[in-house]
Amino acid sequence: MILLELFKTFFIIGLISFGGGYATIPIIEIEVTAHQWMTTQEFTDIIAIAGMSPGPIATNCAVFVGYQTAGFAGAVASTLGVVLPSLIIILVIAAFFTKANKNPVVQSAFYGLRPIVVGLIVYAAIKFAVSNQLIGPVSLNSISLLGIFSLSLLALIKFRAHPALIIIFSGIAGVALYS
Amino acid sequence: MKKNWKLLMEIFFTFLKIGPITFGGGYAMIPVIEREVVNKKKWIQMEDITDVLALAGSAPGAMAINSATFVGYRIAGISGALAAMLGVLLPTFLIVIALSIFYLHFKDNPKVEAAFHGIGPAVVALICLAAYKIAPTAIIDKTTLVIAGLTVVFLLFLHIHPVIIIFSGMLVGICLVKIRTRLGGHTRIDGHKKEVG
Repeated sequence: MILLELFKTFFIIGLISFGGGYATIPIIEIEVTAHQWMTTQEFTDIIAIAGMSPGPIATNCAVFVGYQTAGFAGAVASTLGVVLPSLIIILVIAAFFTKANKNPVVQSAFYGLRPIVVGLIVYAAIKFAVSNQLIGPVSLNSISLLGIFSLSLLALIKFRAHPALIIIFSGIAGVALYS
Repeated sequence: MKKNWKLLMEIFFTFLKIGPITFGGGYAMIPVIEREVVNKKKWIQMEDITDVLALAGSAPGAMAINSATFVGYRIAGISGALAAMLGVLLPTFLIVIALSIFYLHFKDNPKVEAAFHGIGPAVVALICLAAYKIAPTAIIDKTTLVIAGLTVVFLLFLHIHPVIIIFSGMLVGICLVKIRTRLGGHTRIDGHKKEVG
């Protein structure tokens, strides 16, 4: 039952998606490739589109993966799966533990959790760099890709460019260079 | 009961308007929530927003959805939470569905393929940016540096599932702080509170 599998998978992803969308990406990547719903390469396209769309990137990825795998019903199943844990946890916290994040045990759990979020994101960067031929044998192709990467990173960090703008410009560069 | 429905519809439509603004991370949405929910509708007070921010940022899930759910709950309980969540979710859900259809239709076009070939490295840059932003609040001493490094190694070479790593990380955090406190030491456990949205 593909819908149930999508719901279950994205429920687990939603449950552990701490620290913002980009930390969730490697988890989604591991799950969609393990289920053979798509390849890492295809998933990169999805992130690009999810990053250009309004709304949270992890939720957008869920909609995309669900739709690609099982149509509209699939999109609904994976979206419900990814938001349901948030809903439950927020309701429980709001009803009982409004000061939960002041609790010393919760704080020390986050002390251990935050560096893991960083590790997850670094892993995602390496994984996607490899699958997009950014890391690999040196060629004209890999050098131009590295050029796009460095310019994008520079624009993002130094000039605080908007992510959507970066995606659009690199797309234009892609058309100019590779078609 | 009738009045309740009216309130729920109002919550739903307010967040329906906020939804498409959540472009580029949930933090972009906070000033809009302030304007709509605190100033215009006077549903909750400014002080509550601080609570919302702190909890929505540390609970799992997207910042935008978490804060909408939380605000909805404050206004009208569980049904309010559902109304706000569905409201904030619906516009972006439909937009992404439309984009999926578009993508599936055009992905084999050579021009589109070339565009995505160029976008690949930009996505890697975006992921690096996320790490760069979150690192100063997360890696605050040698222990956290080691934990981050081990996470990468475990994921890349041992293919351990993130669920296991995340829960053991929390456990390690709790134990480490306990042991250090017992030994009379002190651990600075919070960097700056914000996380990337």
